[in-house]
Amino acid sequence: MDIFDLRWDIIWNYRELFLRGLWVTIVLTICGYIGGIILGVLLGLGETSKKKWIYWPSKIYVDLFRGTPMLVQILIIHLAFIPAVFGQSFGFMVSGITALILNSAAYNAEIIRAGIQSIDKGQMEAARSLGLTHNQAMRKIILPQAFRRMIPPLGNEFIALLKDSSLVTVIAASDILYAAKVVAGAYQRFWEPYLVAAFMYLVLTYLVTKLIAYVEKRFSNSYNPRRKQKGGLGI
Amino acid sequence: MIKVENLTKSFGQLEVLKGISYEIQEKEVVCVIGPSGSGKSTFLRCINLLEEITDGAIYIEGVKVNDPKTDINLIRTEVGMVFQQFNLFPHMTVLENITMAPMQIRKLSKNDAEKLALELLDKVGLKEKAYNYPEQLSGGQQQRVAIARALAMKPKVMLFDEPTSALDPEMVKEVLDVMKQLAFEGMTMVVVTHEMGFAREVADRVVFMDGGYIVEQDKPESIFDAPKNERTKAFLGKVL
Ligand SMILES: Nc1ncnc2c1ncn2[C@@H]1O[C@H](COP(=O)(O)OP(=O)(O)OP(=O)(O)O)[C@@H](O)[C@H]1O
Ligand SMILES: [Mg+2]
Repeated sequence: MDIFDLRWDIIWNYRELFLRGLWVTIVLTICGYIGGIILGVLLGLGETSKKKWIYWPSKIYVDLFRGTPMLVQILIIHLAFIPAVFGQSFGFMVSGITALILNSAAYNAEIIRAGIQSIDKGQMEAARSLGLTHNQAMRKIILPQAFRRMIPPLGNEFIALLKDSSLVTVIAASDILYAAKVVAGAYQRFWEPYLVAAFMYLVLTYLVTKLIAYVEKRFSNSYNPRRKQKGGLGI
Repeated sequence: MIKVENLTKSFGQLEVLKGISYEIQEKEVVCVIGPSGSGKSTFLRCINLLEEITDGAIYIEGVKVNDPKTDINLIRTEVGMVFQQFNLFPHMTVLENITMAPMQIRKLSKNDAEKLALELLDKVGLKEKAYNYPEQLSGGQQQRVAIARALAMKPKVMLFDEPTSALDPEMVKEVLDVMKQLAFEGMTMVVVTHEMGFAREVADRVVFMDGGYIVEQDKPESIFDAPKNERTKAFLGKVL
């Protein structure tokens, strides 16, 4: 097969499959990411807890999910876990999103734990010495500072999840990679479908990178005194 | 107003405070001096329970602070604390640093809290810095903001843990002047310090700690000019 003799028309014939794949990848990633953040915050807070019955389950969960391959997790969740718990499968979408949430939550938890623990302990002491409860101090003092430090690594996690979402192809989820595989199988041509798939992922990661840069800029700006001063009394 | 009874504190095997009893009267300024590692900070931090007390008791206005039934957050609102490292909140303006606790805890309106904060900033000479962020201030200015922040809760006692030790020499005076002013206005204060000049001038009593004990305590003239204990003499010989 000659690399200079590419037949892009076969991609065009399967454009609907690719568009559907694009849609599936986006939905999987966004749902997985949002769920992963929510669960990750809980687990990350759990990992900083002094209460053993909160700390240990969080810690074990995170270690389990970070210590095993996502591909294996997807298979277990789709073929074993969901059928065992619910007696039936709900299709690749439910299994895929579940796997992505559970997996990315473990990584997000580590980011959140590290972010919280990176804040100088004098901050908590100062807040407590004023009479704030632990929860008030977390909310007003620790988390706002930690959050700024978490934005870049959480952004990286978004990109990693977007790319890792291609692993759901293994349970026949019709994402971008799946579309490429179908076309490759039908025509026995490999350059065109896989290059297109790669290109689609590239465009998506590029867009996400831009989004993260925007969020980062926005939040670092709220630190910028000049901006806030305008709203103040200007004394 | 603060009564400390046979206070001991251990970190694991290490016994840092070995039985401290002391009483601080209202409007009294007590300076705590002593060599590094003698337990001065630990003593101060036990008073508002930043450290858990191993044994003994501390009473503030008759309320036992290390009683499980005592609301420690309530106690802490009455006990202001100023740290060596300032510990201002870097993500808030100077004004927000000061208004945060009164709004959160005393439920002051934003207007009232800001009015109070500006008064306090005026008092520490930093009104024009209200809308700056801590990182834009010098160390001395940050420490003065930290004092204003603690005062905003209208505490009955102020605890200072080496408030000038992290400062460049030329900024020490501006902070000590604010503290002198406070003492003059009748604030009850416990000050851990290496500034012997300040202790001599402002303190009603000086407490010398060494090895987890209060070795000697007296009026500043007596401690500085006629120390009785050998260890006090040795320490003062080194620092004066
Ligand atoms: N959180 C802690 N865990 C273990 N040991 C501690 C802890 N805090 C203090 N110590 C130990 O307790 C002893 C007394 O410390 P403390 O900070 O009270 O001394 P200090 O008199 O304030 O000294 P300095 O003048 O250096 O501030 C030291 O030996 C110190 O190492
Ligand atoms: Mg100390």
